[in-house]
Amino acid sequence: MAASCVRTVGSFLGKCGNCSSSLNTVTSQLSRQVLSRQICVSTALKKNLAAGGPEKFTVEFIQKQVEEFDIGKRHLANMMGEDPENFTQEDIDRSIAYLFPSGLFEKKARPLMKHPEEIFPKQRAVQWGADGRPFHFLFYTGKQSYYSLMHKLYSKILNIEKHQDRMRAKGLFSQDTKEISLDTSRWLTKEELEVLLVETISSNNYDRFIQLMERLLSMPYCNMEEEFVLHYRRPLEARSKKQMVPVPERDDKGVAFSTSDGRRKTSNSSVVLRDCGSGRITVNGQEYLHYFPVLQDREQLMFPLQFMGLLGRFDLQCTVSGGGRSSQAGALRLAISRALLSFLSEGEQETMRQAGLLTPDPRVRERKKPGQEGARRKFTWKKR
Amino acid sequence: MALHRLSFRLRATVCHVRTLHTSGWGQQQEAVAVESEPEPFSVFRTQETDPACQSEKHLGQFYTLPSAHFRPLFPHGLPYRYQQQVKTFNEACFMVRPPALEVISYLKKADYSKPALRYLFYGVKGSGKTMSLCHAVHFCYTQGWVVLHIPDAHLWVKNCKELLPSSYNSARFDQPLQATTWLRNFRTTNEHLLSQIKTKRRYVWTKRESTDEGRPLGELVNQGALKCRLSPRLAADRSLMKWIREEPQLHGISRVKSSSDVVGALMKDLRLQSSQPGADFRLVVAVDGVNALWGRSTIKKENKSAVDLEELTLIHNLKKLMKNDWTGGAIITTLSQTGSLYTPKSAYLPQELLGETGFDSMDPFIPVSVPNYSEKEFESAYLYYLDRKWLQHPQSRTEDGKKELSFLSSKNPSMLDRICGFL
Repeated sequence: MAASCVRTVGSFLGKCGNCSSSLNTVTSQLSRQVLSRQICVSTALKKNLAAGGPEKFTVEFIQKQVEEFDIGKRHLANMMGEDPENFTQEDIDRSIAYLFPSGLFEKKARPLMKHPEEIFPKQRAVQWGADGRPFHFLFYTGKQSYYSLMHKLYSKILNIEKHQDRMRAKGLFSQDTKEISLDTSRWLTKEELEVLLVETISSNNYDRFIQLMERLLSMPYCNMEEEFVLHYRRPLEARSKKQMVPVPERDDKGVAFSTSDGRRKTSNSSVVLRDCGSGRITVNGQEYLHYFPVLQDREQLMFPLQFMGLLGRFDLQCTVSGGGRSSQAGALRLAISRALLSFLSEGEQETMRQAGLLTPDPRVRERKKPGQEGARRKFTWKKR
Repeated sequence: MALHRLSFRLRATVCHVRTLHTSGWGQQQEAVAVESEPEPFSVFRTQETDPACQSEKHLGQFYTLPSAHFRPLFPHGLPYRYQQQVKTFNEACFMVRPPALEVISYLKKADYSKPALRYLFYGVKGSGKTMSLCHAVHFCYTQGWVVLHIPDAHLWVKNCKELLPSSYNSARFDQPLQATTWLRNFRTTNEHLLSQIKTKRRYVWTKRESTDEGRPLGELVNQGALKCRLSPRLAADRSLMKWIREEPQLHGISRVKSSSDVVGALMKDLRLQSSQPGADFRLVVAVDGVNALWGRSTIKKENKSAVDLEELTLIHNLKKLMKNDWTGGAIITTLSQTGSLYTPKSAYLPQELLGETGFDSMDPFIPVSVPNYSEKEFESAYLYYLDRKWLQHPQSRTEDGKKELSFLSSKNPSMLDRICGFL
């Protein structure tokens, strides 16, 4: 439905004029009104657009969109002076961002041009023929794709068992076959499976599906169906990156030091931690007692060193800019913790991570919304 | 005390001789066993209460001011937080620190037939300048000098409730309130000397009132301290009224010269007298926040125009004192940014705080820098607080706690005091 509201740039480029079929009902109404010169729309004629469920796109409509998209892509390549044949989706995105620069913060609200497959939600084509007889043999289960998938899966399991028996018969049965590597992926979630099957399934069904998959995987020789299994798995996001430990260098006097940055809200800070032996701290060239007169800020600075018990050992030279006093202190604390990593062992780094010293604070100022006085605060409510 | 000292030194040797001599040294050992208890606090405390006898080996240690000295010497002049601390701990302890010791050593060696030397304590906020000044003043007091201690020159250039045109010089303004309070405190400090010093000139206050030559200075001070025009605002000051009622010498309040002129006369007299070769006393002028004399003032005249510093009698007379054209004494001063007007917070050097005119008038002077605590001094202060049971938090007694305190306060004395205040 949102797609219909957003005039996709492809169609805009391909043809000017109205293109969305969903507007047809409305436009026809309007035209009827114009012809009859009525000023107000009578309730009998007005259809409840929401009652029809999600938008229904016909197959022809989707095909037409695809053609328009291709033509539009070639036009765009021409405009940008590039080769129409080898114009990839990334090139399209780049060109659109160039031609229609948008200052909107929400990325999804910016102009986009993507293949209609990605824009229009997948819909099932008509499931029965002209005589009313359904095509699929499992149509009357109600969830035909789900049950067909289960059948397929089970038949694969049976195949594998047959294969096993054959191997046993030949005497070549062995337990240690190549395992499918499942570490870097996860099963599809229920929602993703629904999207794949283009129909709703219940959570029971989903659990059954996963159970059957697991059963398949528990058998030896499951690597026969590796491709099939991996189709229903998604790669995990890259694990929490190993903390980048800044490299300690030695300056000309032979003193080991390390540099790192930190950020909090709008403050940026950078810290040079020297392994001198005095506990002197300089912030932006001033004494830190003078720069942070408030005790709380100094406590924030102290926390990483005190936690590891290394208070008097290091010399800090900090620069910080932006934000207020609290966010500057927070930024410095993060920078100090990061710089300290290079002087610590693995176990100590882990304790620091668990203490939350290495996590950048994601809290940023929330935007003020229209109709409200602040981000959350509403205007004073008056009864009358 | 001597036995304690002796036993402290002999402790090492006693252990050796224990096996050889049993009965004779037995008593000594018992003494040692008893005396070893107070030994822990002698690391940061010293028994030497006379500033004249303190030297480098007492650096970092606390000495207690005898209460006989404390009451008269410091009716004013100590930082407020320190006064509260004295009341809490029931004792006044000063730390022996290098700047004060340096100034005291100069005072001991100076030639008092030459013009007065000017010493200036400067340092960051809260580093102990006023305390060093008070330490030096205590030394002068023990030597029997006349102490002219102005607690804070900034108080004289701001928040003046009463500003009267001076009858001596119509262009100037008087500040009766500040002058009377100061005179009273001056009298408390120098009670024993005032009766001995005589005035050298004749001061005429009105047609009927005058102070002749040769009268004790005490009389002069009393006049100024007692007699002041009572405005409705003063009359509303309850403590002042109570004091007037109880004061035996007061025989009536008449309209007399304002006490600011008495202050001026006093200063002039003392200056002249100490310069004379036959004088039997020396004068120390201790001013805290001397940069107020050359700064700006926030006092406004009735027509809302700002008062120039030269138009204030007290300031004018004080500036005359600060000139080193007199002999037989010393001028010890401190800079202070905290009370100063229209100066940036980061300024602490003499150049910045005194300004051009101030620096030129004070020149030549001996600048003495007052830094934050050193390791040893910090340790000393920490042990003192522990000893006085001021640090209640269990973690503050650990080594880590000490490091934390050192970090958080950055070894600044006033910061440390503030942090320990709620531990």
